Amino acid sequence: MAESSTDSLPISFDAHPSTYRHWTLDLQGDVATLAMNVVEDGGLRPGYVLKLNSYDLGVDIELADAIQRLRFEHPEVKVLVITSEKDKIFCSGANIYMLGRSSHAFKVNFCKYTNETRLYLEDLADHTGIKTLCALNGTASGGGYELAMACEHIVLTEDGNSAVSLPEVPLLGVLPGTGGLTRLVDKRKVRRDLADAFSTVAEGVRGKRAVEWGLVDESIPRSRFQAGLQASVERLRGAATERSGPGVALTPLTPRRTEDGHGVAWEHVTLRLDEARRTAELELRGPRAAQPETASALRELGASTWALQAFRELDAAMLELRFNHQHIGLWILKVSGDPATVLAADAALLKLASSDWFAKEILLHMKRVLKRLDLSARTLFAILGEGVAVAGSLAELVFAADRSFMLDAEGGPTLQLGPMNFGPLPMSNGLTRLQTRFLNDPAHVEALRRLTAPLSAGEALRQGLVTFTPDDIDWEDEVRIAIEERAAFSPDALTGMEASLRFAGPETLETKIFGRLSAWQNWIFQRPNAVGERGALTVYGTPERPSFDYRRT
Amino acid sequence: MSNIATNEKIPNNVNLAEDRRLQRALEQWQPSFLDWWREMGPEGFQLQDIFLRTAISADTDGWAHFDYVRMPEYRWGIFLADPVPNRTIGFGDDYGKPVWQEVPGEHRNALRRLIVTQGDTEPASVEQQRFLGKTCPSLYDLRNLFQVNVEEGRHLWAMVYLLHSYFGRDGREEAEALLQRRSGNPDNPRILGAFNAPMQHWLSFYMFTYFTDRDGKYQLLALAESSFDPLSRTTRFMLTEEAHHMFVGETGILRIVERTAEIMKQHPSDDPRRHGVIDLPTIQKYMNYWYSLSLDLFGGEVSSNAAHYFASGLKGRAHEDRFEEHSALDAYYAMDVLEDGKLTREEVALRNAMNEVLRDAYVEDSQRGVDKFNKLLTEAGIDFQFKLPSRRFNRQVGLFAGVPVSVEGELLTQAAWDARRDAWLPTEADEAYIHHLMSQPVYEPGKMAHWIAPPKRGIKGRPVDFEYVRMD
Repeated sequence: MAESSTDSLPISFDAHPSTYRHWTLDLQGDVATLAMNVVEDGGLRPGYVLKLNSYDLGVDIELADAIQRLRFEHPEVKVLVITSEKDKIFCSGANIYMLGRSSHAFKVNFCKYTNETRLYLEDLADHTGIKTLCALNGTASGGGYELAMACEHIVLTEDGNSAVSLPEVPLLGVLPGTGGLTRLVDKRKVRRDLADAFSTVAEGVRGKRAVEWGLVDESIPRSRFQAGLQASVERLRGAATERSGPGVALTPLTPRRTEDGHGVAWEHVTLRLDEARRTAELELRGPRAAQPETASALRELGASTWALQAFRELDAAMLELRFNHQHIGLWILKVSGDPATVLAADAALLKLASSDWFAKEILLHMKRVLKRLDLSARTLFAILGEGVAVAGSLAELVFAADRSFMLDAEGGPTLQLGPMNFGPLPMSNGLTRLQTRFLNDPAHVEALRRLTAPLSAGEALRQGLVTFTPDDIDWEDEVRIAIEERAAFSPDALTGMEASLRFAGPETLETKIFGRLSAWQNWIFQRPNAVGERGALTVYGTPERPSFDYRRT
Repeated sequence: MSNIATNEKIPNNVNLAEDRRLQRALEQWQPSFLDWWREMGPEGFQLQDIFLRTAISADTDGWAHFDYVRMPEYRWGIFLADPVPNRTIGFGDDYGKPVWQEVPGEHRNALRRLIVTQGDTEPASVEQQRFLGKTCPSLYDLRNLFQVNVEEGRHLWAMVYLLHSYFGRDGREEAEALLQRRSGNPDNPRILGAFNAPMQHWLSFYMFTYFTDRDGKYQLLALAESSFDPLSRTTRFMLTEEAHHMFVGETGILRIVERTAEIMKQHPSDDPRRHGVIDLPTIQKYMNYWYSLSLDLFGGEVSSNAAHYFASGLKGRAHEDRFEEHSALDAYYAMDVLEDGKLTREEVALRNAMNEVLRDAYVEDSQRGVDKFNKLLTEAGIDFQFKLPSRRFNRQVGLFAGVPVSVEGELLTQAAWDARRDAWLPTEADEAYIHHLMSQPVYEPGKMAHWIAPPKRGIKGRPVDFEYVRMD
């Protein structure tokens, strides 16, 4: 399959409702309506037409932005309705021609990003307490239905035509890539045989049967659709979480090129690229000043609150690396800053989060960003060198890393645990990084709670918190060699190995979705039956029929 | 600067006085080394003064400094050959790029493995030879044995220097493990097979220094080509010392042959064994044994490791500069392989055949000494010629491992091979005879055991009857 020659154009993840091309965010009292109306020639890259509300990454970047802004900027919103402005079509999923023109790596990162966005939508309902309703005013197929499934409540118009469907297997020879199959049986708990039948019927299921099978929650005749929708909104509103006061504007981040031109610097985050060694240094700095301890002071600081801004910047840096620097296989995580200030900021945030929605949103945001770090298919090495003192929330970067190196020297770096390491920032598997790390010894995690003093490298090593602690004589060489060695391994094998090792412990909807995506969908995306000369994805939309190699594994 | 790691105690040209990393590593390792030497070094000769050569610098004057020394006080040093200015990589995928002064992370594990494998042979041979002093044929030979032993010790130091300087904690642990393994110990053996074979008498010692140390020479020549410059420099310096070991082996065998020829001339119709010397067919059998064992050390004929080492520039061919082409990518090597019970000529990708290429050079080099033995026999008018067996004979490693092959290289049935085994390889009776012959040591200056001729000359201008080892 031809890969897009424009794959290398850098992608920007900045968005704002005032510049959305594909969505309208309409706010009426406590109901927000996010309506999809994809501009056909508004693709992120040339070469495909976004017909029938099909989407590409650009469409999803706006969706993610809208979800994020509802959390922070619109506390008055209690119900989010996701619908379409197009007649008879809700959304037809990811654009097939876009997928066909994209490199494998781009497809994988695209699917990962859209999956993250849908999980953020679920996080919005589950933790922020904004109820989510999907109003299917027309057919939702593939990714369109997967987006619907990420909402709590699905209403389908009954017009003898509109259906929900997952046509990937019968039409395209691939899988629904955004958690569709998993959500069918795991979230909506559709019976597996019905789910099987549903997933192989290209035209999908309509009306009453869609309700009977559990594919949607309501089916409402077209003439009464708006009225029915209104009733659902009323019902959902009662279950929403009350949030008060003005919102907090998510002001744009201000990245700038580093002086050497090989990196990007934000206020709290610096990204330094080493193209030759295929590594990037990702540095996250602690707060420069004491952070607010009251809700009003926190509100005043708004988006410049360290914990919000720093993690937004970290998020931006990760997306930059994922999409625009695919050959950078190893991220060197570094932290700096005053541990006491970090711990104080953590403590204030945790204290306020029980009563203040803004503090709580900041925490939820940190959680999501750290999950994105866990889910990044690049090697993560945490390096704690001279003069570094890591504490609390920043230490999560160390625990997210595949390996950590801490200099063992008199007056060397320290590692200090705090409450942030014991609950508020879980991984996709529902456990904290420390719980996942010490799966063989849960009591050790409890013992660590009492270990509040700064730990030297030796002590951190004894406690199992870091991997290697070379002394000052060995430090430079050990770190250099470990990095060089890692960067030389097969990137595919590393991706598989790291993903297998990072998520020990229980399966959750999230881990299943990403696990299935990485294993099955990415396997199928590579197979000749999908992308070969006569593969289903290749010949889609041409007069040709796919030709399969029917041998099964 | 630490107590142990002084220039006075450890002669070196690696700037030990300024190297904290190396000092720290040696502080731990050097006492362990001395413990190992006392426990596993030459048995019964730790307190004697021995006329030994010590390398005190890498230049022509310094590398051969002779004096009496007690072995535990021997000044094992660390020397690298002088750097070649602007040296570039001489083979493989990175041909022509600058050589590496540091270990590239990508090759760390492979290089460490190569260095550890080479390093392990050094203490192993000291362990194998530790009882030979009790049966030596002369003080001259006894001194040569100890010279070989201390130099194997120094070669261990050379490899340990690389591990300490370039491989961090892993390297220190590997250096320690080099002192923990024991030749022939079933629970913690030395890495390579030949270095676990017992060496119970001097005929084996000469064969070992002739054949097995020659494997060492070729491994060192291949490593001297390495893109990892410190390894190249250290192995180049080791080669100067290795030459002496082969000298000991070659002259040792030659002197035995000379003595046997002498007796055979005096008693042409008698079995030489009746006159207390080693008959030529028995010498041939030991030659067959040690030669085949040493051939195994080069590894399998077709080896993906060898291809990887060559491609990555870790280990080249001996005298790589004598080859015209250095990528070895589109070339093939024709070798005999076993297919359906028959020998078949097969073209193997040259990189995968690098072990065989090195073995070729070794086979050719091994023949040179054999020619000298044969020349002596011809000149003595004795109708016997030594012959190196086929390289397929008696192999335990590679394509012909365990395959019954005659010394001429023909495939045999197992039964046919078993029937002729005792004609080709030493028997228990042969071993018993050699042991009987060598049961008494000769410690009197200038005197030789009955079964060996005296050397042509002594060492460093000293006469043959010089007191090379002070026995009091």
